[in-house]
Amino acid sequence: MSMDNITLTTAIRQSPAVRGMPNISNKITARDVNVYYATKRALKEINLDIEEHRVTALIGPSGCGKSTFLRCLNRMNDTIDICRVEGQIALDGQDIYARVIDTVQLRARVGMVFQKPNPFPKSIYDNIAYGPRIHGLAQRGPEMDEVVRSSLERAGLWGEVKDRLKEPGTGLSGGQQQRLCIARAIAVSPEVILMDEPCSALDPIATAHIEELIDELRTSYTIVIVTHNMQQAARVSQKTAFFHLGEMVECNDTEEIFTNPRDERTQGYITGRYG
Amino acid sequence: MTDLAHDTVMRRSAYQSEAFEARLRQRYRAERRFQVAGIASIAFAAVMLVVLLTTIVMNGYTAFWQSRFDVEVLFDPEAITPSGSRDPAVLAVGDYAALVRQALQAELPDATGRDGRRALMEMVSTAAAYDLRNMVLAHPEIIGTRQKVSLLASDTADQFIKGHIPRNITEDKRKVSDRQMAWIDLLAAHGVLTTHFSLDVLTQSNSRQPEQAGMWGAVIGSIMTMLVTLGLSVPIGVAAAVYLEEFAPRNRWTDLIEVNINNLAAVPSIVFGLLGLSMFLNFFGMPRSSALVGGVVLALMTLPTIIIASRAALKAVPPSIREAALGIGASPLQVVIHHVLPLAAPGVLTGTILGLARALGETAPLLLIGMVAFVVDVPGSLSDPATVLPVQIFMWSDGSERGWIERTSAAIMLLLGFLIIMNAIAVYLRKRFERRW
Amino acid sequence: MQTTLLLTVIAVLSVVGYLVGRNRAVAIAGGRLSTLHSVPPYHGFYVALWAGVPALILLAGWVSCEGPIIMSLVLGQLPAALIPQDAQALTLLQTDILNLAAGVSTGREPDPAVADAARLYNSFHTLAESCLLALGAALAVTGLILAKRQIRTELRARNRVEATLNVLLILCSLVAILTTVGIVLSLLFEAIQFFTKVPLTDFLFGLHWNPQTAFSGDVSGSFGAVPLFTGTLLITLIAMVVAVPVGLMAAVYMSEYAAPTVRAVVKPVLEILAGIPTVVYGFFAALTMAPAIRDLGNALGLDVSSQSALAAGVVMGIMIIPFVSSLSDDVINAVPQALRDGSYGLGATRSETIREIVLPAALPGIVGAVMLAVSRAIGETMIVAMAAGLAANLTANPFAAVTTVTVQIASTIRGDQEFNSPKTLSVFGLGLVLFVVTLILNVIALRVVHKYREKYD
Ligand SMILES: Nc1ncnc2c1ncn2[C@@H]1O[C@H](COP(=O)(O)OP(=O)(O)OP(=O)(O)O)[C@@H](O)[C@H]1O
Ligand SMILES: [Mg+2]
Repeated sequence: MSMDNITLTTAIRQSPAVRGMPNISNKITARDVNVYYATKRALKEINLDIEEHRVTALIGPSGCGKSTFLRCLNRMNDTIDICRVEGQIALDGQDIYARVIDTVQLRARVGMVFQKPNPFPKSIYDNIAYGPRIHGLAQRGPEMDEVVRSSLERAGLWGEVKDRLKEPGTGLSGGQQQRLCIARAIAVSPEVILMDEPCSALDPIATAHIEELIDELRTSYTIVIVTHNMQQAARVSQKTAFFHLGEMVECNDTEEIFTNPRDERTQGYITGRYG
Repeated sequence: MTDLAHDTVMRRSAYQSEAFEARLRQRYRAERRFQVAGIASIAFAAVMLVVLLTTIVMNGYTAFWQSRFDVEVLFDPEAITPSGSRDPAVLAVGDYAALVRQALQAELPDATGRDGRRALMEMVSTAAAYDLRNMVLAHPEIIGTRQKVSLLASDTADQFIKGHIPRNITEDKRKVSDRQMAWIDLLAAHGVLTTHFSLDVLTQSNSRQPEQAGMWGAVIGSIMTMLVTLGLSVPIGVAAAVYLEEFAPRNRWTDLIEVNINNLAAVPSIVFGLLGLSMFLNFFGMPRSSALVGGVVLALMTLPTIIIASRAALKAVPPSIREAALGIGASPLQVVIHHVLPLAAPGVLTGTILGLARALGETAPLLLIGMVAFVVDVPGSLSDPATVLPVQIFMWSDGSERGWIERTSAAIMLLLGFLIIMNAIAVYLRKRFERRW
Repeated sequence: MQTTLLLTVIAVLSVVGYLVGRNRAVAIAGGRLSTLHSVPPYHGFYVALWAGVPALILLAGWVSCEGPIIMSLVLGQLPAALIPQDAQALTLLQTDILNLAAGVSTGREPDPAVADAARLYNSFHTLAESCLLALGAALAVTGLILAKRQIRTELRARNRVEATLNVLLILCSLVAILTTVGIVLSLLFEAIQFFTKVPLTDFLFGLHWNPQTAFSGDVSGSFGAVPLFTGTLLITLIAMVVAVPVGLMAAVYMSEYAAPTVRAVVKPVLEILAGIPTVVYGFFAALTMAPAIRDLGNALGLDVSSQSALAAGVVMGIMIIPFVSSLSDDVINAVPQALRDGSYGLGATRSETIREIVLPAALPGIVGAVMLAVSRAIGETMIVAMAAGLAANLTANPFAAVTTVTVQIASTIRGDQEFNSPKTLSVFGLGLVLFVVTLILNVIALRVVHKYREKYD
């Protein structure tokens, strides 16, 4: 964990731009990323650009490294002892694996929503307020109430829970829990939201709810979503990247990928021949 | 669109502001404080362990050194057998203390008069006279001769030589008088009073005098008690575990047994002592202070531990093995005896050793069933009065003489030695047979 | 001695039975073993069981009720005038007879009638043992022969042997229940006797504990157990103040921060600490901790007694650290990684995640662990006996000497008590309180921990 956060701001201003990324609309750029779990190589030479205010979908067969890549983007892999990341990943042109980068700050800017809803065993209110509180974004009291309300509203959950904010978040339904987790992520005003199969534990109605939500959030956030569901990728994303056996095979506009895949592995996957 | 740009700028400034960074530094300080608290906790535990072990060893190792007077004793017939008879009954009651006194007076001519003699004899153990008597009884022909003999020093002299009794305090507060101090220094300088390595503290049986007290009786008592405990708790414990894990139907009764076992494991040990007292001593009339009752009580106490450990070991054997064996026509009991138990054996053994280690160190319940009696003889059978190491430690620690501290510490060293060996075996077994299915 | 002999006889006959049964089965099968329902060894076990079990049951039955039967026979032979009316004197007489019979001198010249009774006792005893030996051996042989006769090809020997073993297994698992029942009965039985002498309310709410003065007459004022309860609570409290924070923080550090190498070193340290017998801690408390605390207190101008609640409590706390930390370690590890990920994903530091997410999530389990630790501390005897003393002071001053329930039990009883003095019986009253309190704590704690585990399974 890089603790060296003393001169963070200056460091960010002064750090040299990562090569090959003049395009300002690329929020995140990954260059030659290799990831190893102990000696096992999970990702090979990934090069991928994530554009700002767009939804990028990552698709591919199980075990191909989608989650691994996603977790690289906010350095959640740091919490796994045996995991090692090589290459460069830049957020706004700043290498996030640079020594001066602080994971706390990075993860505040790049939020994450997990496959299984994981509300904290606290009240709904405290679930949302937790992030803003630890980061000092809002004072306790009316200011925090406002943050909680607006986050829940943006996550489309306010109407359902506004009368039961003091009840535990774990008492909600699966779909509500997932939206709670999204609201929790929004509450710290991230720039990017990473979502790892956010709908896989949900029924179609809850899924539709979340998909609408993702579409709305796109205007304010950059979103990267992992999904196994082709239709979902087609519905919510503007860009799609296809992963296979640890490689990024193809990345293009979603429409292109689904109508006119360049690589035959991509074609095989989206037409359901394997995966 | 402008709104959106504004939003983004706002956000960026939020996380890259000086205020946020100041807060971040503060959060990391809290993080470090928390981590330091964790390290401090572990360090506290470790330091306490080190302090405890060092205290014991520093106090205890001197028990393996014993001071003796190497003197020439004249086996004066006048004192031993004034009548000249060689009848052992007469020889047995001779005035051997006089021989001891004379031998020392030969070295210290100024030790005369009542006070002088008393001060002199305070430096020799009462065992010295007994040793001379035993020599005479074994070899009556030495009467009348001079022999080089090594006489056990008293606890006071021994402790003084070992530096456990401070010199530079006023005489009335010191156990050794100025005169004795001078004598001891003189004898030590002449090489008469020397301190040698000695295993007497291990090999002798108990005594009321610290310099004579040894723990052999307690060691034997502990071994006997543990054998009873082992013989009862292991078969019963393993059988119970096999039944509960492999055969028992899941119903109210087995639930009750399970809850009962878990709770029994947490019942204070002294309550088992009360059970032993009122049930085994008072009701069944079993022999008081005996290794038998002690072993039974400890077996009941250890049983839950063994059952729980054995069940865990049985549970860890994958069902596929049972299915495979059942599939080739073995009966359920055969499956357990031939296939499951052998695979679970290391786990059962580990649990057993750990349970026994706990029983070996247990004191309180044994006090209640009278194993705290002062026993000189080494127990010869399970129903003889006996004591065990921890109880011996408890009793010795109560002694007022300085020598008890080193004896107690030495007994603790031995007990901890046993426990470390047992635990090491358990750890070895766990490592050696650890299996990932 | 005869018992050992009989045991040997039974063992030998069982082995013989095994061989006889197995050979007989082989002979009956006549070379075609597959005609047998069960393989020959099972026929062997079948005969061995018949030879051994009935005789063993006889032996066990006799051993458990031999004493009372012989005693009643002996008492029947004594002149009626000699048999006292009240129960106390009767017990005394019986003890005298038993002592004489065992050859233990009672110190005073025995009454000739009592001496006769003792001789009679011994002769009955010898007679009974010989009879037992003969009867046992006969029973074993009979069982062996009868069982051998039953051997046929279609004998379901395996099923019968297994059914017997099954019964044995069930009996073994009932031992734990019987132990509990034994504890409850023996505590209740003696405690009720105590409470007929000392009213329950005087015992539970009385402020003076002074059993030494309670020889006869009105004893109720001497058995007020409140000072013992407060002493126990005071020491437990001190122990918890040491053990809970240290144990918990150690567990947190071990499970959330420590590298595997650190864990590999620290875990054994804690295990050693957990494996040290309490009597050793007691010695340490008396030898090192108590003087250290006294000197420290004196240096600070405090009046510290040489046996202080603080010394005992602190050392007990040290003893309980590994207990708390290993239980908390389990509990903390049961918190799903997903919750930690959720917190890290929001940009929380480790300590924030631990304090705000992991520990609250683990709270029920930690509470359970602490309750178990409290129960451990309440039941601990040796440390307190060696370092806190016997003075039943009613005080909350940690520098004063106090005593506890367990110490009173241990110091009053030395195995040779007269069971009718209130002082002895008071111990069972204390034991009952101790048992009930720790049982309640354990039941609740185990349930809490169990529920907690289920939640995250
Ligand atoms: N913590 C870990 N330790 C070791 N190997 C891991 C770990 N996490 C993932 N892997 C390995 O890395 C590879 C990629 O895993 P990843 O979870 O990224 O796949 P995925 O594309 O997300 O699959 P899915 O669609 O099933 O979620 C897999 O082969 C997996 O076994
Ligand atoms: Mg995945």
